[in-house]
Amino acid sequence: MGRSFGFDEFLYLLLAIPWTLLLSLGAMIGGGILGLVIAVLRVSPYRPLRWLTTGYIELFQGTPVLMQLFVVYYGLAVLFNLQVAPWPAVLLAFTLYSGAFLGEIWRGSIQAIPRPQWEAAECLTLSYPKQLWYVILPQAARISIPPTVGFAVQLIKTTSIAAIIGFVELTRAGQLMTNTTFKPMIIYPIVAGLYFMMCWPLSLLAQRLERRIDATLGVKRHF
Amino acid sequence: MPLLALSGISKRFGNHQALDDVSLTIEPGEVVAIIGRSGSGKSTLLRCINGLERPDRGTIEFDGEVFGSTPSQLRALRRHMGIVFQSYNLFPHLSVERNITLGLTAAKGMATDAARAMAARALRMVDLEDKISSYPMQLSGGQQQRVAIARALAMEPRLVLFDEVTAALDPELIGEVTRVLDRLAREGMTMVLVTHEMGFALRSAQTIIFMNQGRIWEQGPPDKLFGAPQTAELASFIDAILPVDPTRPLNH
Repeated sequence: MGRSFGFDEFLYLLLAIPWTLLLSLGAMIGGGILGLVIAVLRVSPYRPLRWLTTGYIELFQGTPVLMQLFVVYYGLAVLFNLQVAPWPAVLLAFTLYSGAFLGEIWRGSIQAIPRPQWEAAECLTLSYPKQLWYVILPQAARISIPPTVGFAVQLIKTTSIAAIIGFVELTRAGQLMTNTTFKPMIIYPIVAGLYFMMCWPLSLLAQRLERRIDATLGVKRHF
Repeated sequence: MPLLALSGISKRFGNHQALDDVSLTIEPGEVVAIIGRSGSGKSTLLRCINGLERPDRGTIEFDGEVFGSTPSQLRALRRHMGIVFQSYNLFPHLSVERNITLGLTAAKGMATDAARAMAARALRMVDLEDKISSYPMQLSGGQQQRVAIARALAMEPRLVLFDEVTAALDPELIGEVTRVLDRLAREGMTMVLVTHEMGFALRSAQTIIFMNQGRIWEQGPPDKLFGAPQTAELASFIDAILPVDPTRPLNH
């Protein structure tokens, strides 16, 4: 039989957490930059830019993230004869994926700002980029915080898919430990618990932010 | 030479002819009140003047210069005029001061100190200098509208457009806004107002324009227009808006 599940094995799981967090953080930052560009182009007055970004969003929202990961990982190898290590491949794949979702969330936030706000800025003769920067984006950012944090929670869990191409993050570490100890019913609940401990504080944060924004907007919830 | 000259302005929304061949000149210092039933094209006309709506036909001439409808031409045109909206449209995330200085610094390139001095001066004109660091949410509707007027004035426009600026206010708050309008009119500001405040129109406007079905139906000084309406449409409009005389029994 295999090894027993002791402190060393638990430590191995704990040490995989930074990789899950690093991958999530990297994808949030990269995807955040990409998503901001997509959101802004998505509402731009230029139709070709709107089509392009809409197409991008539809593509990434309409396909499984696992396929996106495979296409990036094997695609780079096949197309460019480039054997990439798992880490840059998963980071790239999750950045592209996050960019589409964050772009769509923020597009909605920008469009939630009433049209007269644009008009008022326009009448002060602000140029389009300045209307966005000074008037629209600050207001859109405020209402986009809760769904953005919500997406971050989803992303942390979704990065577990990176295990499939052999990137050792928390889920992969759990698989490896299961292979050596044959104790899936101990290890996977622990892995799930560790995910929960990463996600729950973020969920609480999202709820608190939502209440605070409701308060500043004067919204009262009856449930 | 007129400050503003519109000629042959037409605008269609789908099947609805919002404006039908409207021509109009406004002299420097003139106060023009546009009245009419809802849907008569008043607000669309005002929005065409500063290019928020692009007319299908017609030309807009400001101070002898014809402006087309490319974004840069519209921006050049708007540099000469301010607009105040029915729903104030202050920026809720910015303080009163920043609401006023934003256009000065970000669009006109004014230095921050000069812009803040200008904001203080503009707020004095509407008697709100003590609200300079408040946020729009903390102000009453009348105060918000006065800030919106100050924001427009700080840009030093040569013409200010007012789009039903008292229509969203509670009755007891209307006075503080019309007082500001009266004062601006006295000080010689060129103003075009779409308004339901007939008291203001009678007091302060030199010209009243009655619009109906997207056209200028009648036009003239207030006493002439209200005293002797030439058309049945204006006569019935005046009947509809004038307060009922409480000493007279109602006819049913």
